[in-house]
Amino acid sequence: MLSLVVFLPVLAAIVLAAVPRITDAAARWIWLVVTLLDLALVVGLWLAYRDPGAGKLAFEEQLPWIPNVGSSYHLGVDGLSLPLVALTALIFVVCAVFALRHTDRPRAQAALFLFLQTSSLGVFAAQDLILFFVFFDLSIVGMYFVIAGWGHGNAARSALKFFLYTFLGSLVLLVGFIGLYLGSAAKTFDMALLAASPPFGDEPVIGGLVLGAVFIGLAIKTPTFPFHTWLPPAHTDAPAIGSVVLASIMLKMGTYGFVRIAMPMLPNAWRDWAWLIVVIGIISVLYGALVALAQTDVKRMIAYTSVNHMGYVILAVGAAGVVSDSAAQAREVAITGAVVQMVSHGLITGALFLLAGVLYDRRGSYDIASYGGLAAPAPRYAAFFAVAAFASLGLPGFSGFIAEFQIFAGSIGPVPWTALALPGILITAALFLRALQRMLTGETRGLSRGFRDLDRREILAIAPLLLLAVIIGIVPRFLLDVIEPAASVVVDLVSR
Amino acid sequence: MNMQRDTLALLPEIFVLVGAVVVLLAGSFLPRDRQVVTRYLAIAALLLAAGAAAVGMTSPAMTIFEGGFAVDVATGAARIIIPLATILVLVLGAPELGGSRRESETYSLMMLAALGAMAMAGANDLLVLAAGYLLASIPLYALVGMSRSPGAAEAALKTYLIGALMGIALLLGVTILYGIGGSTSYFELRSTLGGAPPAAVLAGILGVAAGLMFKAGGVPGHFWVPDATQASGTAVAAFLTSIPKLGALVAAYRFFDLLPGGSDPGAVGWPLLVAILAAASMTLGNLAAFWQTDVRRLLGWSTVSQVGYLLLPVAVAGTTDLALPSLLLYLAGYVASNITAFAVIAALPTRRSIEDYRGAAAAHPRLAGALVVSLLGLVGTPPTAVFVGKLTTFTAAWDGGLAWLVVVAAINTVASLFYYLRWLAPMFARGQADVVAPAPRRPSASWAAVVGATLVLIIGIAAGPVLGVFDAPLAG
Repeated sequence: MLSLVVFLPVLAAIVLAAVPRITDAAARWIWLVVTLLDLALVVGLWLAYRDPGAGKLAFEEQLPWIPNVGSSYHLGVDGLSLPLVALTALIFVVCAVFALRHTDRPRAQAALFLFLQTSSLGVFAAQDLILFFVFFDLSIVGMYFVIAGWGHGNAARSALKFFLYTFLGSLVLLVGFIGLYLGSAAKTFDMALLAASPPFGDEPVIGGLVLGAVFIGLAIKTPTFPFHTWLPPAHTDAPAIGSVVLASIMLKMGTYGFVRIAMPMLPNAWRDWAWLIVVIGIISVLYGALVALAQTDVKRMIAYTSVNHMGYVILAVGAAGVVSDSAAQAREVAITGAVVQMVSHGLITGALFLLAGVLYDRRGSYDIASYGGLAAPAPRYAAFFAVAAFASLGLPGFSGFIAEFQIFAGSIGPVPWTALALPGILITAALFLRALQRMLTGETRGLSRGFRDLDRREILAIAPLLLLAVIIGIVPRFLLDVIEPAASVVVDLVSR
Repeated sequence: MNMQRDTLALLPEIFVLVGAVVVLLAGSFLPRDRQVVTRYLAIAALLLAAGAAAVGMTSPAMTIFEGGFAVDVATGAARIIIPLATILVLVLGAPELGGSRRESETYSLMMLAALGAMAMAGANDLLVLAAGYLLASIPLYALVGMSRSPGAAEAALKTYLIGALMGIALLLGVTILYGIGGSTSYFELRSTLGGAPPAAVLAGILGVAAGLMFKAGGVPGHFWVPDATQASGTAVAAFLTSIPKLGALVAAYRFFDLLPGGSDPGAVGWPLLVAILAAASMTLGNLAAFWQTDVRRLLGWSTVSQVGYLLLPVAVAGTTDLALPSLLLYLAGYVASNITAFAVIAALPTRRSIEDYRGAAAAHPRLAGALVVSLLGLVGTPPTAVFVGKLTTFTAAWDGGLAWLVVVAAINTVASLFYYLRWLAPMFARGQADVVAPAPRRPSASWAAVVGATLVLIIGIAAGPVLGVFDAPLAG
């Protein structure tokens, strides 16, 4: 069943790529139908999901693959991965809806995005390090072609930078994985086995080096300060739906890797270096916010707020490694907040990038100063943008608030100096309010004159994301009930 | 010694040898427009050889002719991969060679060079190794010189001079090892070299290594590779960057495996020597490939860097179980990827520089797909064969204590992505190259490209069973 969810999109992609007679319109609709079908399957999984318990997986599948190196085709989900699988399925539906009017090689675009969908779902469903890496790397290849083929501006250069930088990250990660394999008693790449008996228990130096490799590999993908420099150009020059996939899903592969791989498999090293991880988290929060504040390009601004938002996740997973007495409860809250933040950022930033894409579709510019008073010609656009911005800055009632509140509630207790990151929330609020004020309010001028308001297709794409952000913000239990047991398992594993 | 059994074990080599002779003779009697028959004869002989080798792999490992030739998993793998790869080269070269002045001679020479590579792979005696070296090299000089392009004469001379020099070094090394070890048989050297003076052993190793590096096309014997790749015909270029490496690297593994290493008495630091050669090959090959504009020259340098990665398992020969299977898997994957890239070049003969490939994807989507698979395959992107090859060779090298070399190899892998992308990116860009004369349709080359790309993916996805087949000890 899980295999079907993962591979259904790529099967459709092969058909689309292999049959040149499929018309453009047909390709777009096939794309939408397949993503909807996949989403329906994932919703079915969610409804059938029961917490599998510590160290167990739901919907597990395992087949031998490369027995010589202890690697198998092993899929499964738990409370950490199921929300991200669901997010992935939703985001790709949204992309398919948004692209319904695209005219630039729709057949190839549909095939490429379906391919990307399989690789993204595979990352979150994989329970074997090599399988994880295969999907992880393929997602990079897919995104390279998205940026290079459908991007604008200096797309070729940005795509190259993206590919080289993230490929470097993935190779560092692979070296780390090989280290885990060689250090494991059972000589295996299986995630469950590695988490059950973590390697390097009494070798802090090698354990620290392997954690360093895994951490840098994942940090480049996340991205955290100082490994984030590929992100702004990639986002700026990517097509709108490419940016959405990049921000909403591919960044999560890094943060997901921390809770799925780094923390359970290298608990000793993680605790030793937790202080450094917290520091990196705080710097990412503040630096991302400050640099976002200085941007004049709306898409770059959103890109830097991603660095800021992912910084909270790093902060939380780092704080969860700082073991103090009687703090297990708090650390569990921090991990839960981190996972909620991944989902929440995926929804809200996805919506923001689509809204930025609308600007470019209409006027070919992301320059904040060129717009003004958009609220008058495009009230629906203004309303959506305002809602998305408020959600992103963490206003109560939206999912971002639930996430950030839990992160700080869980972190400040055990590690009081994580409070240093609190100004990040203020700066983000300031930069979004300033952007709202400059773009939406006041006299209609510049590129805003005659701006066509959101049409039905665009609303259909953006509304579900914001709606879900509100639902999670008001009634989060359905999500928290899935995440909390898994978060508590991670906390147990890392405090061994 | 069981003469009948030993001869039967050499059936694959015999098929190739007889095939080469028959092709040459048939070519002399057939008229120019019927020379295509020789191609079919060559393919049939090579298929028979691969089939016989596959059957031979089911029998247990042994050495034949008084230990001079090993018939085991490494020989078996080489004897299957070399004929199949040569067939792929013949198919991709069909449009270029078909009807040319020296069609049957080219086929015959390729088969002889392939035979030499097969002999090197199985050599379990220094003299057999030297004979294999000569058999693999001499046809190669002729093949490089056969093309009448302006650079071909220079490339052939360069290949010949370096080959002769390295050949002398090899023979010198063999002589030294014979002098101090009292034998040329690996079986006996294994026990006698431990007591020999290390400096003399090292001198012998250096000589043999130099010869092997020439055949493999790695530092320091690499100077001929880019020139020969650029100047000779596409089929010959595909051949000389693939097949000799197979023989040389299996031979290198076998040779270094016999030497005393680690904590053995009389250990010489050969793992470090191989590791340095590996690091030098991958780094130099990559740096030189960076700014190449001619796609063949780019591939020529890329093969130099690939030898570096292929030397990783050689450097840890005998210390970890994964070393041999990972080498054989990587070789299979590398050969398939490399020949696929040359097949794309053969199918688009009017495009020679990277710029010529601008916009080619729109006109030739299947070839573009094959090129993506083969070039990203050479980088080691999953799920291609070289990915599993890199994964297992890296693991083996680290397990054997060469973690620093794994880091060097990983950095080089990232660097190599840059120049492969320099070729791929324009292909998918919008617009068209100006020079593109309408290319003649070359169905057999396109076919070879698609088959090669499929193989690259199949070996990668089915790596588990393939590694299982390769997971057996050497004979002797």
